[in-house]
Amino acid sequence: MKLYCLSGHPTLPCNVLKFKSTTIMLDCGLDMTSTLNFLPLPLVQSPRLSNLPGWSLKDGSAFLDKELKECSGHVFVDSVPEFCLPETELIDLSTVDVILISNYHCMMALPYITEHTGFTGTVYATEPTVQIGRLLMEELVNFIERVPKAQSASLWKNKDIQRLLPSPLKDAVEVSTWRRCYTMQEVNSALSKIQLVGYSQKIELFGAVQVTPLSSGYALGSSNWIIQSHYEKVSYVSGSSLLTTHPQPMDQASLKNSDVLILTGLTQIPTANPDGMVGEFCSNLALTVRNGGNVLVPCYPSGVIYDLLECLYQYIDSAGLSNIPFYFISPVANSSLEFSQIFAEWLCHNKQTKVYLPEPPFPHAELIQTNKLKHYPSLHGDFSSDFRQPCVVFTGHPSLRFGDVVHFMELWGKSSLNTVIFTEPDFSYLEALAPYQPLAMKCIYCPIDTRLNFIQVSKLLKEVQPLHVVCPEQYTQPPPAQSHRMDLMIDCQPPAMSYRRAEVLALPFKRRYEKIEIMPELADALVPMEIKPGISLATVSAVLHTKDNKHVLQPPPRPAQPSGGKKRKRASEDIPDCKVLKPLLSGSIPVEQFVQTLEKHGFSDIKVEDTAKGHIVLLQEAETLIQIEEDSTHIICDNDEMLRVRLRDLVLKFLQKF
Amino acid sequence: MDPECSQLLPALCAVLADPRQPMADDTCLEKLLDWFKTITEAGSSLLLLQENPCLVELLCHVLKPQDLSSRVLSFSLRLTGVFAAQEDCFQYLQQGELLPRLFGEAGPLGGAAWTAPTVRSGWIQGLRSLAQHPSALHFLADCGAVDTIFSLQGDSSLFVASAAGQLLVHILSLSMRGLAEGPPGLQADDWPPCAQKIVGHIEESLRSTATPQITQALNVLTTTFSHCHDPWTQVLWVRLHPLVAALLEKDPVPAAHSLVDLLLSVARSPGLSSSSCGLWETLAQTVSHLSPTQAGLLALGILKLQDCPQALRAQAFAVLLQPLACVLKATAQGPGPSGLLDSTAADSVTADMLPPSKAACVGLLCRTLAHLELLLPLPQRPCPWPQVPLLGAAVTLLQLCGGSGSPASDAGRQLCALLLGCVRVQRAALDFLGTLSQETGPPELVTQVFAVLLEYLRSPDSSPTVLKKAFQATFRWLLSSPRTPGCSDLDSDAVLFLRELLPVLQKRLCSPCWEVRDSSLEFLTQMTRRWGGQAGFRHALLASEVPRLTEQLLRDPESYVRASAVTAMGQLSSQGLCVPSAGPEHPGGQQKSLLGELLHILSADSEGFPRRAVMQVFTQWLRDSHADVVGDTEQFVAGVLQVAGQDLDWEVRAQGLELALVFLEQTLGLSRSHCPYAVTPPVAAPAGPLTQALQSLCRVRLFEFAFRALFDCDRPVAQKSCDLLLLLRAKTASSSSLQEPRSSPDVASVEAALQRWRAGDQAQPLGDLEPEVVLAVLRSMDLEGLRGALAESSDHVEKSPQSLLQDMLATVGIRGENEADCY
Repeated sequence: MKLYCLSGHPTLPCNVLKFKSTTIMLDCGLDMTSTLNFLPLPLVQSPRLSNLPGWSLKDGSAFLDKELKECSGHVFVDSVPEFCLPETELIDLSTVDVILISNYHCMMALPYITEHTGFTGTVYATEPTVQIGRLLMEELVNFIERVPKAQSASLWKNKDIQRLLPSPLKDAVEVSTWRRCYTMQEVNSALSKIQLVGYSQKIELFGAVQVTPLSSGYALGSSNWIIQSHYEKVSYVSGSSLLTTHPQPMDQASLKNSDVLILTGLTQIPTANPDGMVGEFCSNLALTVRNGGNVLVPCYPSGVIYDLLECLYQYIDSAGLSNIPFYFISPVANSSLEFSQIFAEWLCHNKQTKVYLPEPPFPHAELIQTNKLKHYPSLHGDFSSDFRQPCVVFTGHPSLRFGDVVHFMELWGKSSLNTVIFTEPDFSYLEALAPYQPLAMKCIYCPIDTRLNFIQVSKLLKEVQPLHVVCPEQYTQPPPAQSHRMDLMIDCQPPAMSYRRAEVLALPFKRRYEKIEIMPELADALVPMEIKPGISLATVSAVLHTKDNKHVLQPPPRPAQPSGGKKRKRASEDIPDCKVLKPLLSGSIPVEQFVQTLEKHGFSDIKVEDTAKGHIVLLQEAETLIQIEEDSTHIICDNDEMLRVRLRDLVLKFLQKF
Repeated sequence: MDPECSQLLPALCAVLADPRQPMADDTCLEKLLDWFKTITEAGSSLLLLQENPCLVELLCHVLKPQDLSSRVLSFSLRLTGVFAAQEDCFQYLQQGELLPRLFGEAGPLGGAAWTAPTVRSGWIQGLRSLAQHPSALHFLADCGAVDTIFSLQGDSSLFVASAAGQLLVHILSLSMRGLAEGPPGLQADDWPPCAQKIVGHIEESLRSTATPQITQALNVLTTTFSHCHDPWTQVLWVRLHPLVAALLEKDPVPAAHSLVDLLLSVARSPGLSSSSCGLWETLAQTVSHLSPTQAGLLALGILKLQDCPQALRAQAFAVLLQPLACVLKATAQGPGPSGLLDSTAADSVTADMLPPSKAACVGLLCRTLAHLELLLPLPQRPCPWPQVPLLGAAVTLLQLCGGSGSPASDAGRQLCALLLGCVRVQRAALDFLGTLSQETGPPELVTQVFAVLLEYLRSPDSSPTVLKKAFQATFRWLLSSPRTPGCSDLDSDAVLFLRELLPVLQKRLCSPCWEVRDSSLEFLTQMTRRWGGQAGFRHALLASEVPRLTEQLLRDPESYVRASAVTAMGQLSSQGLCVPSAGPEHPGGQQKSLLGELLHILSADSEGFPRRAVMQVFTQWLRDSHADVVGDTEQFVAGVLQVAGQDLDWEVRAQGLELALVFLEQTLGLSRSHCPYAVTPPVAAPAGPLTQALQSLCRVRLFEFAFRALFDCDRPVAQKSCDLLLLLRAKTASSSSLQEPRSSPDVASVEAALQRWRAGDQAQPLGDLEPEVVLAVLRSMDLEGLRGALAESSDHVEKSPQSLLQDMLATVGIRGENEADCY
């Protein structure tokens, strides 16, 4: 069993598991932090951005000044943003049989895999994952396509040139594999390969393994996966949460008794407690608005935003903010808000019961009804006529490189009354802000990541007790900035196996058993003999028939009637010779009693030595050695066949025959 | 006993003796017993029994085999003890063989009733009351009660077990009191038999291997040494001391907690000269033998002792400091002593001396911090006080808990993982840090203190209680920061700190958690009260959004927050730190004055707390001649009194009287200093003639408010009003200019109205009053009598013994119907 690790990002995993005869891809996350190296794409022409000076090398050569621009001491690529894809060379991706998706954030690389690698398999995901994943992809494509950029920079990627660039461009990895965003057509084609599944549904893969999604508690429709055969069980835990937010709670019990547990998608900010951060978010929001400033919340169109709106729903009246408009701007804002209300079966119990009242499960419906929350596909159109300040705007993209957020950063960045509050943990807020410097606007970082933290992981591992844990290498040591925090790493026994990008791990367990069926007529013919209370054995002669990874023992073909010379000879070739079998032996030899028996039979000067596999009984006088091991016994004596037979018979006395 | 009660008593005794009419409510029995105690304390018990034979009959009746309730049985045992406390009565009861039958083997002791803890408890308490004279000692010896008491020390009921121990101490003390010639020798023969028996039992228990028995013996001794200080206690200690010391040789030391209690009570006992009986050595041994978790309390006790050898104090202090020394050691950047312990002790400290489990480690650290906090303000605290390392330890602990500490060693990292986010340690360390502000520290450490406080105030993970403590500690450190003598201003560092603090405060005022908003407001009020007049503070505060945010919190949905916001705004406004609101909430709307806003809260807020807070602010404003009030004081007072008089909350009405009193004093030109040594401030405006003053009081309708309050259904309001009117009457008595005939028609109508008010009909107003009429009414009222009546507790009528007896008799009749109400 092998694990091919195609992504180095612990929360945007992409791994391929080879298990029995199947090749299973676990998630295909897209690392979008590469876009931070690019200049933002402004919706409206920005004189500031277009007048940035070109960057030139130390020796003054300016051949890169069209591609690279300088802003407040940082250098950015002036081109269409590109993404860092999962590794495509480590394994032939056309051999992947299925892709299992755990949540909508972890499927953003799907079109690259399904459309460009010769992939012919099936993708499995839950319905909300697919629907919201589609929204995220649609938003991404829309953000990038609506600001067409003629230029596509590639010169800087040349290895010799890249070496000369300042950090972080110099240190960017695998730049040659960075790709532009996919198209909507590719998205549609990729999504058409998805087959919808429900929690706890068992899906057979070629009769060899069974895969099952389980609720992971992190997002609408998010799942962990169980991949199991009759005798082996691998659990894939990705993006799970034990907090009570909107999704169905995490199913932990089904993860028990795993041979291997692959653990990814833990919280990216282990030191920030989500409750404290929500409090921080509300306080800073109120503080800004009360001072007459605007609040900008760069966010994804689904996920934490539902919880934030719910908190605000409870908070705004008490904080006296009822008159402040809340705007949610995204090409998919409407669908996201509406989708969230129709996936009742995927929600936590509290929200499910609301549906029977009947009430919308999320209170943002009421915010919309009372006009406190308004949503728009973009800042063009209706929004510009409704726009009223001070206000709170939720919009994408959290990287601040594309989407409507770019416009608001340019619009509000100059006033210290305004505040941008970062709640998504995926991007470093300082790097995200770099191309907007100098910035007068206040910046607040309250990352809300509800995924498991290390304390919860250690409880989870104690609870489900997997034999082995496999995780990204980042989880096996404290974060570099807090090297003393021994609590910020996975602590388990045996120590977790770690992986990094482009690594192949041989998973540490051997398959030892396979299930084989016996045909009824063959079973009928067996004559079991009880050798121990409760254990019966029978010998069987049969033909093993294997098809579609199913093994069946069938009765051997009857020996053909002996009917003449030639034919008979051929028949004897076909049918294996059934010799008279020696009886089979079973049981174990209790050494002490064996020695006593030897003494009784006249052997003296007996010594027993323990070995790694069993015992050696030394008959010093007879210069004979008896090796007793779990599955074999050897009598080594010097050409004394009589003695050997005597000893053999003594050994046999302790064993059962049938 | 008065004849009415004597008449009721036989019936009551009959009811008590009747098992078919069980007493449901045993508080009556307690009251009854109290009553008998007062009677017997005042007079002869023998006489009482002879005059009321029904009592002895009751006691005799109890002994008959029957289904009597255990409560009545217990009551009878205790009652017998109360009577038998007097020796002549004891003899009287002895003659009737009543005592041995009640307390001996033949009594309840052997019967089924004994299974009820209340009966066992009654038996013990009966004996406890009875054991007051030598005859009682003989009786105890004869009936074998002492052995029973020994066994009751291990009773399943904690109350019974504890009472048994106390009874033993009492008997021991009584029997030793009988010794004519000084304290006994060490030999057993010198001791009175009863005392010898008890001491022998204690010795035996101390030698036992069973911890419960040792604990019982130690507890009895602890009580003995804390209550008896006669010379014989010294002999007792000398006799038992070797046995106690022998306990220390066992590993682990059994009953360590009780042992600590005993040693401390011996050390505190004035009857013992500690130096002569090896006490200091035993204490020193104990401190070194016990584990750090057990030794802390002993160390604290030793350090509180007045006359303790210096070496022992040093040893105890080292034990107390050890956990913090471990923390410092675990987190130290380099080798070298932390300064908390002297070098020899410091070398032996290792970080792994702290318990490895989280609960134990946290408990130990919290206790240590609490002990040190108790020690700091005491005059006998250790000297030199290790202020600097203690400050360092408190800061380190807070950093570890908050996740900002960066220990270099493995031990430190483990400790960090153990303490991270631990609210208990955070609270204890913040309290301790606050207490340490009484002393100073080196500037760089003080900077660290402020840094860690700021970190806690900023951290989104600080729980509301931790945050409150952080605010308190911050305030205390700010208070202690000016080091220039006689100067109360904030120093420049503190002002710099304030600049960082105010944005945090701003954010906290917007917290979704109301506790946080509330404690932030309280902190703001404290700061403003202290430094509101100081330029640095004013400048920083006015440059921030804090005043405006505070003003918005007057409309907070949580009533506690509104109340705190009212107080804070009152304070800010007094110091001229209010900013007129121009926020988005009032776009173009008319700006309300704060006075108007507070009046609105007083009249419209649905909760009591904000309204009370408004009244307090108004009273303070009136006292301080606040600018908003001085403009038209009469209108202000009239308006406030009118609203306050109708309030449903008695505290608001009482506060209204306080405001009325301030106004009255100001109008009459009275100075209000209760302290005889206080310098009387010059009265701002000389009071006008009395008539004018009274007219002013009439205009604000102060009298109508006060008279209404006089008949208030809540006693404190009525009392306050009574005091106010008495003061007014006293102040006007001397003035002859206002003497008017009493019988004018106005006076009569006012008196008639007041009569109706008193009867509960307060609908009719008094109308406009003339000063003369008011004074006449005041003179005619029996205010002293009213004050006397109000001073009585509300149940003084129902408290008489007669009514108790009547009640008990009455409840028996209706018991069946309201059984459920008895609880």
